[in-house]
Amino acid sequence: MSQHTAPDQTETLPDTLPDIGGPAQPLVVCRDLKKHFPIHGGILGRQVATVHAVDGVSFEVRKGETLGVVGESGCGKSTTARLLIGLIAPDEGKIIFDGQQLGEEMSLRELRRGIQMVFQDSYASLNPRLTVEDSIAFGPRINGLDDPRGRAREMMNRVGLEPARFAGRYPHEMSGGQRQRVNIARALAMSPRLVVLDEAVSALDKSVEAQVLNLLNDLRRDLGLTYVFISHDLNVVRYISDRVLVMYLGEVVEVGPVDEVYAAQAHPYTASLFAAMPSMDPDHRTTVPPLSGDPPNPIDPPTGCRFHTRCRYAEDVCASAKPLLRPFGDSTEHCAACHIHDPESGHSLAGSGFLPKGTPQ
Amino acid sequence: MTALLEFDRLNVTFKGERTVYAINDLSLKLEQGEMLVLLGESGSGKSVTLKTLLRLLPPARTQISGGIKVNGTDIMTLSGRSLQDYRGGDVSMVFQEPALALDPVYRIGDQISEAVRRKKRVSREEARNVALDMLRRVRIPSPERRMMNFPHELSGGMRQRVMIALALACRPRLLLADEPTTALDATVQIQILLLLRELQKEFGMGVIFVTHDIGVAVEISDRIAVMYAGQIIEEGSTHEVINDAHHPYTRGLLAANLHDVERGERLEAIPGVPPSLEEKPKACSFAPRCPNAMPECRDKLPPVIEIGARRRVACFLAQQAVAAE
Repeated sequence: MSQHTAPDQTETLPDTLPDIGGPAQPLVVCRDLKKHFPIHGGILGRQVATVHAVDGVSFEVRKGETLGVVGESGCGKSTTARLLIGLIAPDEGKIIFDGQQLGEEMSLRELRRGIQMVFQDSYASLNPRLTVEDSIAFGPRINGLDDPRGRAREMMNRVGLEPARFAGRYPHEMSGGQRQRVNIARALAMSPRLVVLDEAVSALDKSVEAQVLNLLNDLRRDLGLTYVFISHDLNVVRYISDRVLVMYLGEVVEVGPVDEVYAAQAHPYTASLFAAMPSMDPDHRTTVPPLSGDPPNPIDPPTGCRFHTRCRYAEDVCASAKPLLRPFGDSTEHCAACHIHDPESGHSLAGSGFLPKGTPQ
Repeated sequence: MTALLEFDRLNVTFKGERTVYAINDLSLKLEQGEMLVLLGESGSGKSVTLKTLLRLLPPARTQISGGIKVNGTDIMTLSGRSLQDYRGGDVSMVFQEPALALDPVYRIGDQISEAVRRKKRVSREEARNVALDMLRRVRIPSPERRMMNFPHELSGGMRQRVMIALALACRPRLLLADEPTTALDATVQIQILLLLRELQKEFGMGVIFVTHDIGVAVEISDRIAVMYAGQIIEEGSTHEVINDAHHPYTRGLLAANLHDVERGERLEAIPGVPPSLEEKPKACSFAPRCPNAMPECRDKLPPVIEIGARRRVACFLAQQAVAAE
């Protein structure tokens, strides 16, 4: 955790919620979150199916860290983000923010003071009829924080947009990178402790993406922020995160410190996902696809381990029993949900310290 | 042998409320059976280049000058029947979003056979067999059953395979691929890239593959041309461009890929944003963002320096380096 900064080096934004549990207590704990979306059909509009978007997801976000979340479309990473900031209510499960449970000790309104979000589409997430300054000042004004305009200008300075030039502009008068800076400023104007970045740099051009990543790193260092960084780009996640969480079809399959997971992937899905990254070396191109077919539909997910339909190590046990997250190797931090790493599972490779390969041999 | 494709000082300008100089003096040559990647960011003119090549731009608002030859034929002279035969027959295209490019109300088998019947004038039965064979070649499991599916019944990866089957059904000499894997998941993207590479070898066609992702470019290309502000600023074999980039913009793009950057280390980001192209470039378009810009970069257009066989860079720095040798 080399990137953690000591609290005395950082300044905090005005009106930030106080730290209650101390540095050892995770900032957010999610326990067994579930969100199923009904699908209605037929003439009577009866429920005909269910999308298992998030199915029993548990994780924690520690104070001052960046947690990267990776996975393919339909794996539930965006739904998890929306649950986390209370945009949608979970069907089951708990969200605990700094020791206070949402809905019990803490109201949704208070939670939103603590957690803010930046979305992928910088244009759609800004009100086209508000100027940049009004957009940023909106949250503080509604929440009764003092001097919303002053805050807006201060935040614009922080994200590198000169207030004199940009305060009166409308979203359509700015470039994608500038708009994403506005979105970041708007999130920070609420003095949050946690910022959820849902594919926040994915829509930007590579050269602009690097500028915004530098900005995010600076803000985290200066303001002692915590990030949940959702992305499908493994290079970006490795660059910015301390820990990484890998999701597949609504479940967590692997979680661990970035360096450990990038050095050795414990789950066969993670291994394949890494093997599918372009190699960047014209002499050693990929020759065999790591996986065949598309991810299954989350409407009717496979039984047992959800990855067993595409896994080359799948055995009978994988179709019948659901593997649980358990520590992998010597590390207590690095966990994976795979029968190969459970000596009692009955999988023929179990307990042998076997490391799954990303591509077929 | 004639080159498969030759652009000679192509200029494309859009007129209307605003004038946009989308392509400026673009010259490019593609030999038979080559896989070329056009690499660039949004607004660099990659897609406009492909659309010009298929004559898909609205004629009333577009001004095109310069020569475009495909297999020795000047395609700007085509019209009517010959233009129809050219599109889809000699040159075919795979789009980014297969869900939008396929007709939602026709079965995929019918869509492919119809294309074959129109171009090849064969019987219904033969066209169906060609369609089935194409679905098999793009490795769609149980193709007989899939022939009867509508596009919405297929997953994203399958739809893109169908799109490729449709584009290749009439055996074009040149395939244009406009970001065909951008909308796909990582594990599916690599499958489609490998499939395109195989089919290209099998059919021996030339391919122009447009992407903004350097990683994808490295996986698929023989050659890379880097575009900026409607011009090709660097061109060479994949090896040369990736391992020995000369243009400061190409170097910046490579650094922004984050492939071998230390975690948390400050990124050497290219400052600023690409130009809006409302005026025809009179100097180096990259100069305002360039870390090595010299006074002359802001004064006049940079020369195109040939630094090797089929290897060129449009930059004053390269000119200095060559002069020093």
